[in-house]
Amino acid sequence: MIFSIVVQAAPYSCQSAETALRFARSLLEKGHSLHRVFFYGDGIHTGSALASPPQDEINIPADWNTLAAEHDLDLVVCIAAAVRRGVLDTNEAGRYGKSGSNLAEGFELSGLGQLADAIAQSDRVITFGA
Amino acid sequence: MPDKKKVLIINRRAPYGRSNARDSLDVALTCGVFEMPISILFADDGVFQLIGNHQAGDIGQKNLSANLAALPMYDIDQLFVCTESLNTHGLTFDSLEHSATQLDQTAIQQLIQDHDVVLTF
Repeated sequence: MIFSIVVQAAPYSCQSAETALRFARSLLEKGHSLHRVFFYGDGIHTGSALASPPQDEINIPADWNTLAAEHDLDLVVCIAAAVRRGVLDTNEAGRYGKSGSNLAEGFELSGLGQLADAIAQSDRVITFGA
Repeated sequence: MPDKKKVLIINRRAPYGRSNARDSLDVALTCGVFEMPISILFADDGVFQLIGNHQAGDIGQKNLSANLAALPMYDIDQLFVCTESLNTHGLTFDSLEHSATQLDQTAIQQLIQDHDVVLTF
């Protein structure tokens, strides 16, 4: 079965941010495919390269990156939600005249059309952290 | 896109306390642009999105009512409201600025059954 996941939960604020990650791992282990993970609302903070959790805590952004590399996942961060909250790639940093960018490796900024596409392409769309 | 999935958006949050209501509208409008059939259900605190006379500017927010009113222009006219939530929050159907079809719990179960994808905000 083809899944897509929508993450609206901010990492470290909501348990559902971690639950989404565990759900993604589980469905891949069971042999399903994950078409796209779409980070929306406060969930966009998952794409911050600057997150620096203590060593003995789960590193949610890094774990998504690792999972994405293992399974060639499409991690899309909603551009409108991200730019508003200060998660920018180099393009957006340039556009808004910011001194640095902080979108983590393995993530890309894109629009809500990617969510519409995920809905169209997936058998199941699961929301975490609404 | 392979086919047109029927999308149900469930709004469960009051309009301004969190970004959910605005986020939901943006998703609805985007799916509308892609000509996907959209239904929107207002339930729990989400019923407050349907009342009028928001003074959103007083708390530094943009008024969402105009956006809701614009939905039919995007062919989004399937709006539903949970009767039980209206009752719980002391609202009457007549007090709503935006019209929506009232549904009881059984009808909401059927509404969910009738859609391919459910997104919650």
